[in-house]
Amino acid sequence: MNYTELLHAMVPEAALVVGALLVLTFDLTFGRRRSLDTRLHTSVVTGTVAVVAAMYGAFSVGLTDSVFGGVLVLDELTMATRLGVLMLSWLTLTLAGSTARLRHPAEFVAIVLLATSGFTLMAAAQQLLVAFVALELASLSLYILAGFDKTKPESAEAALKYFLFGGMSAAFLLFGFSLVYGLTGSIDLPVIATQIAREGLNPLLSLALVMILVAFGFKAAAAPFHLWAPDVYEGAPVSSAALIASASKLAGFALFVRLLWPGFGPAAGSVSTATGSPGWLPIVACISGASLLLGNFAALAQSNVRRLLAYSAIAHAGVMLLGVIAAGDAGLGPLFYYVFTYGIATVGSFGVIAVVERTGPCQKITDLAGLYRRSPLLTGCLAIYLLSLAGIPPLAGFFGKFTVFASALKLGGLAGPAGWLAIAAIALSAIALYYYLVVLKQALVAPPAANASTRIPVPADAAIVLVFAAALIVLLGLFPSFILRIF
Amino acid sequence: MNALPCTIYVSFAGALLALAAGARSNSAARWVALVTAVTSFALTLLVAVNFVPGPGLQTIVDVPWISELGIRYHLAADGISLTLLVLTGLAATVGVLFSWNIEHRVGEFFALYLALIGGVFGVFLSADAFTMFVFYEIAIVPKYFLIANWGSPATREHAAMKLVLYSFAGSALVLAGLLWANAAAIAHGAPSSFALNDLAAAALQFSRGEQIGLFALVFTGFAVLAGMFPFHTWAPTGHVAAPTAASMLLAGVVMKLGAYGCLRVAMPLFPVGLAFWQPTIAALAIIGILYAGFIALVQDDFKFVIGYSSVSHMGFVILGLAAANSTAVAGAVLQMFSHGVIAGLLFAVVGRMVYERTHTRQLAALRALPLHRLLPFAAFTFVLAGLASMGMPGFSGFPAELTILIGVWKTSPTWAIFAGGGILVAAAFTLRAIHVSFFGSTSPVAANAGESTHDDSHHHAYEPITLAEKAGTALLLAATVYIGLKPDVLLDWITPALQSPLMQAALKGGSL
Repeated sequence: MNYTELLHAMVPEAALVVGALLVLTFDLTFGRRRSLDTRLHTSVVTGTVAVVAAMYGAFSVGLTDSVFGGVLVLDELTMATRLGVLMLSWLTLTLAGSTARLRHPAEFVAIVLLATSGFTLMAAAQQLLVAFVALELASLSLYILAGFDKTKPESAEAALKYFLFGGMSAAFLLFGFSLVYGLTGSIDLPVIATQIAREGLNPLLSLALVMILVAFGFKAAAAPFHLWAPDVYEGAPVSSAALIASASKLAGFALFVRLLWPGFGPAAGSVSTATGSPGWLPIVACISGASLLLGNFAALAQSNVRRLLAYSAIAHAGVMLLGVIAAGDAGLGPLFYYVFTYGIATVGSFGVIAVVERTGPCQKITDLAGLYRRSPLLTGCLAIYLLSLAGIPPLAGFFGKFTVFASALKLGGLAGPAGWLAIAAIALSAIALYYYLVVLKQALVAPPAANASTRIPVPADAAIVLVFAAALIVLLGLFPSFILRIF
Repeated sequence: MNALPCTIYVSFAGALLALAAGARSNSAARWVALVTAVTSFALTLLVAVNFVPGPGLQTIVDVPWISELGIRYHLAADGISLTLLVLTGLAATVGVLFSWNIEHRVGEFFALYLALIGGVFGVFLSADAFTMFVFYEIAIVPKYFLIANWGSPATREHAAMKLVLYSFAGSALVLAGLLWANAAAIAHGAPSSFALNDLAAAALQFSRGEQIGLFALVFTGFAVLAGMFPFHTWAPTGHVAAPTAASMLLAGVVMKLGAYGCLRVAMPLFPVGLAFWQPTIAALAIIGILYAGFIALVQDDFKFVIGYSSVSHMGFVILGLAAANSTAVAGAVLQMFSHGVIAGLLFAVVGRMVYERTHTRQLAALRALPLHRLLPFAAFTFVLAGLASMGMPGFSGFPAELTILIGVWKTSPTWAIFAGGGILVAAAFTLRAIHVSFFGSTSPVAANAGESTHDDSHHHAYEPITLAEKAGTALLLAATVYIGLKPDVLLDWITPALQSPLMQAALKGGSL
């Protein structure tokens, strides 16, 4: 037990928390007499510095198998996820700085930083208790962020719904953890893995796994645990929704994939053959299939662009879960690539919505009508994000799908559910293209509505972030080895 | 040879430039597009002049791309790809000439147009299935916006969505097939690779069931884009709704992407599957030839006639591929070139010369106009293009369809007889279209309508055929006549390409 070692491993979290405190302190002392705009910009700049410092920290801590008696682990997944969530948080923060009209800007930034420290901790946790604490730190921050717009009843509704579902799923998770502890006598993942390998699957462990998967399904917004997603995406302030849809998802997948494969790997079972064998893989396969079907078909019926993004997120969660299934054999590269690039495209899409919202409402798909005339920059970026989500090459979304499906098909070809799911997902991607094109048709083809403002001014920092995200999608799509090589 | 990849890069760079230029002035964007298209056409011709035919693909670029999955950026060409590259360059140039009159969002139009062309060049140059698939999908999305933005208002949104979803669903089948093939190859002990050669070598060990399933997926996926019955319905609606240049490209080049994919990927990789499905494909091709021909015979809309005629003529290509002997396949490639040129001509006359002046495509309305007097150049072009389309000697359609039929006869005389009937149907619907559209007013039924003085004064208002249109027409006519008189130019490229081990495997698998 070496506290210096622990402190060293947690430099990113420390930087973020110090940043959050600095933001609050500054705002409470010097910020009181300043305008709202100044306070927002100061907070965002301080927050950005904290995020950059955290990135440097995450990069420089290096790789260690076990920190502080196995509480944390610093491996490739930790480093990649930490850098990934920090980048996504930075994008969100900058977008919030240039578009949000908040009554409490410093609090918003501080809570985003706290949520981010929860994400980075989730990426490193290797012990059930730390995993749970990190998850709750992130979740509690996100509940507040969802309800941050106190002037809108929808925001409050979103926060309440998110909180109730989240609280319930946390209870499930904790119950599952306690059962695992009771069965194995340990909260350390390596010990749990050896214990499970020795004792095999038993009914109580199955129950524990189901409970943990319920929490996972909630975090991933996978069917049938998805009901919160459309309402939160629709009601929450845009930047909060962007964070929930991107960084939170990346951290969630890192946490649960670490729990499932290194921790409960011996109880994985199999989905490579038609009959398979019992374990948690068949359950994940079911959730994945349900999400693919429900997400894609429900998205067809949406007229609200944010709800459409939410249902498409559910469909994407289905593909990500397929990546989780394949991660046992193919490693984490495909899954991480998919979730990270999905996060960038989603933050970007919400960013475009946020900028459009500065001049008028942006809820219905038709609110985007004639965007090509109102802002060519926003239109170009939106086209890149949505086509990436639809999986059109050479954008990153295409290669993400390609590599996830390729690794899923390697699990036994078309002999088992993994292969069937991959084929189903490929078939459903044609449906997905339809609803993304419905949005792009408004943006690129339809004439602007009569009462819409003719020109949408794009703030410089928002423009930089949007172009940066679009460029990242194109570059990562052209050179995916850059990420795959990490794992 | 080494200049060929530049066609891809020039097209994509031209797309960006056209977008930038279009923000300043419309004519700048037009000239950027024309210079880009002419440059890539010139590049293909330059290579064609110095081309030494040989068996097998001649590698141009081969670098590791995504080494984790064994994917390489591998470009290569042989006589077959060169034929289609020249066609693409020609169609691109002519398409720009025929869209010179577009005034609405010109920069974006040509940017999408050139992006589509770049994707097409890429497909014809790829020797790695992943690389090919990437270019194949790049070519899909621009089509949606070209049709939805600049198409004919009544049907464009529906037609664009239908066309794109058909194409994308087809490419999803191809993707599923390629991933399955890759997984199966790994299961049989081969390293992960998407190179066509490696996949073909690994596929030799696949079980019969795998070969049959994989062939069905990949061939059907590509055949959707080639307009194979019963997956052809996107083609007429899409071609009709599209702006002229897009119709010319869609019918002229994009449908060839599908046929090329069938020939380059599905057939050499899965010869056992080809042998199994051969009769089915031939039957579907013959049904397509006859069915689309009969439908073209009763259309009221001039452009639908041409749209269905494309499906009918592409049926010959698919039949030639299904016959799977070197004569028939060479004929099929020749027909791809020939139909690309002729379909371009027909759509140019119907979409640009006639529709944009008369503002109607209804044959009943055109019948009332003395079009052969009002638009003599259009009438002249359409008659020549119609003759070429019917397979009149002296035009490229004749050697192409004749070679296909001779080849098909070797495999199965029955198929050849049915397909020969298709040529008669083609003559019937083409003659009817020529008669009703351009020479209709001399017929007794419509004589009264055409003679009213009011109509005449209105007719004289048609703007004359522009220089751009004449230049484009001349290029296409020259191509069809040249190949019609000297088909050996292309056959000398194509036939050696069919001697490569990959192609021989496909042809051997297909010998009934």
